Amino acid sequence: MSWFTNFLTSSIGQKVVMSLTGLFLIVFLIVHLTGNLQLLAGDGGKAFNIYAEFMTTNPLIKTTSYLLYAGILLHAIQGWALWRQNRKARGPHRYAVKVNRVAGTNSFAASNMAWLGTIIFVFIVVHMYQFWLQMKLGDVQMVTYDGKEVANLYALVSATYENLGFVIFYVVSMIVIAYHLLHGFQSAFQTLGLNHRKYTPFIKGVGKVYAILVPLGFAIIPIIMYLNQ
Amino acid sequence: MKLTLKIWRQKNANTKGRFETYQVEASPDMSFLEMLDVLNESLIAKKEEPVAFEHDCREGICGTCNMVINGEPHGPMQGTTTCQLHMRHFKDGDTIVIEPFRASAFPIIKDLAIDRDSFDRIIQAGGYISINTGQAQDGNAIPIEKQTAAEAFDAAACIGCGACVAACPNASAMLFVSAKVSHLAHMPQGKVEAKRRAQAMVKQMDEEGFGMCSNITACEAECPKEISVEHIARLNREYLSSTVGSEVKV
Repeated sequence: MSWFTNFLTSSIGQKVVMSLTGLFLIVFLIVHLTGNLQLLAGDGGKAFNIYAEFMTTNPLIKTTSYLLYAGILLHAIQGWALWRQNRKARGPHRYAVKVNRVAGTNSFAASNMAWLGTIIFVFIVVHMYQFWLQMKLGDVQMVTYDGKEVANLYALVSATYENLGFVIFYVVSMIVIAYHLLHGFQSAFQTLGLNHRKYTPFIKGVGKVYAILVPLGFAIIPIIMYLNQ
Repeated sequence: MKLTLKIWRQKNANTKGRFETYQVEASPDMSFLEMLDVLNESLIAKKEEPVAFEHDCREGICGTCNMVINGEPHGPMQGTTTCQLHMRHFKDGDTIVIEPFRASAFPIIKDLAIDRDSFDRIIQAGGYISINTGQAQDGNAIPIEKQTAAEAFDAAACIGCGACVAACPNASAMLFVSAKVSHLAHMPQGKVEAKRRAQAMVKQMDEEGFGMCSNITACEAECPKEISVEHIARLNREYLSSTVGSEVKV
């Protein structure tokens, strides 16, 4: 094997893959949230629909979106592989008594990243089926702004959020993402070796704020749209 | 003080183990191992098989007395090995559950005794450091900054007991390996082979079947020498930089 494949299959290399794809997805969340908040613009969905049209037709964005799908899949598949190897390393016997003491914070999130990740993956599949696939298949009504016809994704979203079940599903999924980020954000830096007494407290602080504010930003969208219907 | 002990008994690596319950009369002045000695004497007197457990220096520096006591490697006291854990930290009438360290890379030999040869093979893979033979060098001939020496010493405090592996939900040996790599990479004597060492030790660690580091930090919390996960970040740096920037082959 070449030095590069040796590296990618080593324990640290596999974690670096998790870290880099994780950081990429973290950056994506900000972009996604900024776009989605236009759903609350109160203009009947005009800003959001024009934005959605731009995001689905701009070639640069389209290329990036394929990188994003690859990133999600790589993060999920590598994470699953790590979970399997870690279980094997732990062995067939569990401790009869186990105290989960950790030096860092959020021991729950840290020890359950694989389960949190699995729930998030299911969420992504449902989420993409509901909106992304319907856009791709063209199963969306059209609307005309200033003489230009675009897909009325806003109508589809607001119809979905009239269903209380979906609102709850989205909000609970955001709580799961918050926990995943609570550990994942700072863990990504540690894996890359970026630990320094001057900067690590700052990274951990930013990570906490990010893990709370971003999922909260996503969660208020279905809640407000449900209440405003 | 009267205690109830639930101890994992397992004849050898190939048989199934189970918990056995024993009653023991201990004094609060005893160390945990002395309490187990008392139990074993009573078992021998009854012509029963004594509980196999490892011990050597009994002063907290050899790293042999590894067992999980009430769910924590080396028991409930922070920064303390089992041999330095005293019975005064338990109450009369307590039930204490004692298990071996559990990890695929630490197979059970008998009862609480485990095979930690995997650690020795990682150390061997680390290789040598470049120091001249002959007369001992003057201590001041190689200047080392106080801060650097202190950080290296923190890592060097690792006694290789394996509590990090036992505590880690993934049975990862990253804290152990990072302590060794970080200790030597800090010092001018160890810097010469630092790149090869990081590569070789991680390779051996992976071959031994330890898990991956999820940065859970249970290792730091349970380490009897309180070694920080900062060393794991340093190992990651050493490994990444030697992978990208060095042509060394292992």
